[in-house]
Amino acid sequence: MTGGLRKDLRTGLIAIVAMTVVLGLLYPLAITGISQVVFPGAANGSKVSVDGKVVGSRLIGQEFKGKAWFHSRPSATGYSGNVTYFGNGGPNSAELRDEIREELAAYVKQNKPYDHSLTREDVPVDAVTQSASGVDPDISQANARIQAHRIAAVRHLPLAKVEELIDQNTDGRSLGVLGEPGVNVLELNIAIDKEAPLP
Amino acid sequence: MFEGYLQIALFVVVLVALVKPVGIYLARVFQNERTFLTPVFGSIERGTYRLLRVNPEGEGQDWKQYARSLIVFSLLCWILLYLILRTQGIQPFNPEGFHSGPWDLSFNTTSSFITNTNWQYYGGETTLSFFAQMAGLAVQNFVSAAVGIAVLAALIRGIVSRSGKSLGNFWQDITRIILYVLLPISIVGALFLVSQGVVQNFSDASVVHTLSGGTQILAQGPVASQEVIKELGTNGGGFFNVNSAYPFENPSGLTNFVEMLLILVIPASLTYTYGRMVGSQRQGWAIFAAMFTLFIIGVVVVYMAEQHGSVAQHAAGLHTHAFSGSTGGNLEGKEQRFGIADTSLWTAITTVTSAGAVNGAFESLTGIGGAVPFTNLGFSEVVFGGVGTGLYSMLLYVILAVFLGGLMVGRTPEYLGKKIGAREIKLVSLGVLFTPLAVLLSAGAASATELGKRSLYAGINPTGFSENLYAYLSQANNNGSAWAGYTGFVQPHAPGNAGSYGISFADLLGGVVMVTARYAPILFVLAVAGAMAGKKVSPAGLGTMRTDNPTFVFLLIGIVILVGALTFFPAILLGPISNGLTGSLY
Repeated sequence: MTGGLRKDLRTGLIAIVAMTVVLGLLYPLAITGISQVVFPGAANGSKVSVDGKVVGSRLIGQEFKGKAWFHSRPSATGYSGNVTYFGNGGPNSAELRDEIREELAAYVKQNKPYDHSLTREDVPVDAVTQSASGVDPDISQANARIQAHRIAAVRHLPLAKVEELIDQNTDGRSLGVLGEPGVNVLELNIAIDKEAPLP
Repeated sequence: MFEGYLQIALFVVVLVALVKPVGIYLARVFQNERTFLTPVFGSIERGTYRLLRVNPEGEGQDWKQYARSLIVFSLLCWILLYLILRTQGIQPFNPEGFHSGPWDLSFNTTSSFITNTNWQYYGGETTLSFFAQMAGLAVQNFVSAAVGIAVLAALIRGIVSRSGKSLGNFWQDITRIILYVLLPISIVGALFLVSQGVVQNFSDASVVHTLSGGTQILAQGPVASQEVIKELGTNGGGFFNVNSAYPFENPSGLTNFVEMLLILVIPASLTYTYGRMVGSQRQGWAIFAAMFTLFIIGVVVVYMAEQHGSVAQHAAGLHTHAFSGSTGGNLEGKEQRFGIADTSLWTAITTVTSAGAVNGAFESLTGIGGAVPFTNLGFSEVVFGGVGTGLYSMLLYVILAVFLGGLMVGRTPEYLGKKIGAREIKLVSLGVLFTPLAVLLSAGAASATELGKRSLYAGINPTGFSENLYAYLSQANNNGSAWAGYTGFVQPHAPGNAGSYGISFADLLGGVVMVTARYAPILFVLAVAGAMAGKKVSPAGLGTMRTDNPTFVFLLIGIVILVGALTFFPAILLGPISNGLTGSLY
């Protein structure tokens, strides 16, 4: 019995060291090596540049304030890309009710001057609820179409042009079926800014 | 909701289509036969046996020897991982300069990862170096998954063996499972995930100047290589704190689909492997049918509840109906690219299995939607469950069902021709009841004392009660998902993690629960395998209760619900169902 135990200890020790080397070092290093050669853009965070300067990642949402930009979804983390956590607003949380109420009022107030028929009932859920990641790169198409009125007016662009840019920067469902369509806010804002730069 | 149900249907079709080919392949791995990967990995396999001094042609181990190897190996894994976490500060691949972990948090994290739980009281990107993630945690993601599958292989061998006491060789089993199953799928899966945008590098967090003039720091790391095994091994511990909701872990509807498949493919296919190894495919499909029924009910309930929206949203005046260009529903704590359907499907998948990875915030689920994860965990992870662990736990329920069925018809219970005696039933009962007991005792201790209160986020109300109950349900069932407001670690987001400290009570209680609720059932299962091994097989007669027809599936489902519901229904009523039934806010 004790001989068996000693043998197990020895075998186990060799096994865990070998596995740490192979699975913990060789495997991730090999995947990294291949990825850096074959998919360098994706492996390093799908960065997007404007005039040669990196302005973010197409996968990570960022904060946009003011009238001249399409806004991302509300974030619990201040759009942090290195400290992530959930907002954890529960289904019966009075605090969450107050937050959504405020978001709703602010959204209508900001967009109604440009889209006169806008009421609270038209506001899509993504516009006033916090995303899970805090950096949701997308907004819904309905959300983008409402904000389009404001962007068109502030940037002096025809509404049709803004809507065309929305369509161009919408990621449909993967393979036509998987997930939900989303408008990539960063890429859309880059396209808008290129079309009609801020003074 | 049509598009949503279409996606769910598509997922089911692809999963069911994979069950047979993957199941056959896994059976070949368990039975030490040649596979199509033998030409690639055969020499590494033989080299490993030489290194470990294992004789693959040997007699194999009886249940006690098998259990001893498993326990000794797990203990060594525990010690190594604890040392890695405690000495992180002096290790390489630590571009953010994170400090070593405190003793209590490290105890919890170590216990969590060796048990395939991946409960996380820390935020990955703000706490752990790349070295600790890769060489510490990800290694255990492989190893703990392999151990779970090995126990199942041993149990099946015990059930089918007609002579001798051998259950196979533990070292050979984990070697073959890692080499022929986990590693090859991980390599292909990781490269696929990178191609879709999951990051894989060793860069430090890069500061970018954003389009509208702000700054954003983008955390980096070897994420894809860990993401894939985290799903495949039903581990679930995220590289990032928000887990698979974070775009660098799960960037699109397609990656979401693939990651869900990775979670379920092995647990589902093992039912086919089982049927093949016991010589009757119908036995495997019967178990699959019972699991699938309970699974799909959960999917539909959570989807309908989430599509309805929550009390707080309606009270705020938000209209949660779907219309052109908007998903509608409860999108709080969910990502636009996944929407309601894919987040709901994922929620059910990750809680029937022991994965526990999330792509949305559980604490923000509606009351009734949130009751689904609770119920799934209440079933003690037998509905597909963890890799290996799910089916071996379900087989305990199968034997229990045979016993109860035998009592009803007044015959000595038999399973697959083997008589089930008093010893087997005692062991099975202990194995079935251990985990629920661990949950109730620990959750009770935490909610009844002041010590447990420090971990609450939502306060003293049904949501707070849910946080506490779910924490121990999740840890005891080795799942790892969370009502994530609950905490055992206070982290002031200081550079390098300075000033952080663990909440000892939550860390220690959780760690002990994870370890005992993992290894006690494993020992009972191996003892059952030992008791079954070598038993005489008598031919089935007219009076033999069949275990491969719809009647038995119905009986099995009934017993799973009965044990789960009787044990946890009162507690679940106080938490999420209270939220779901009331219109009031607090």
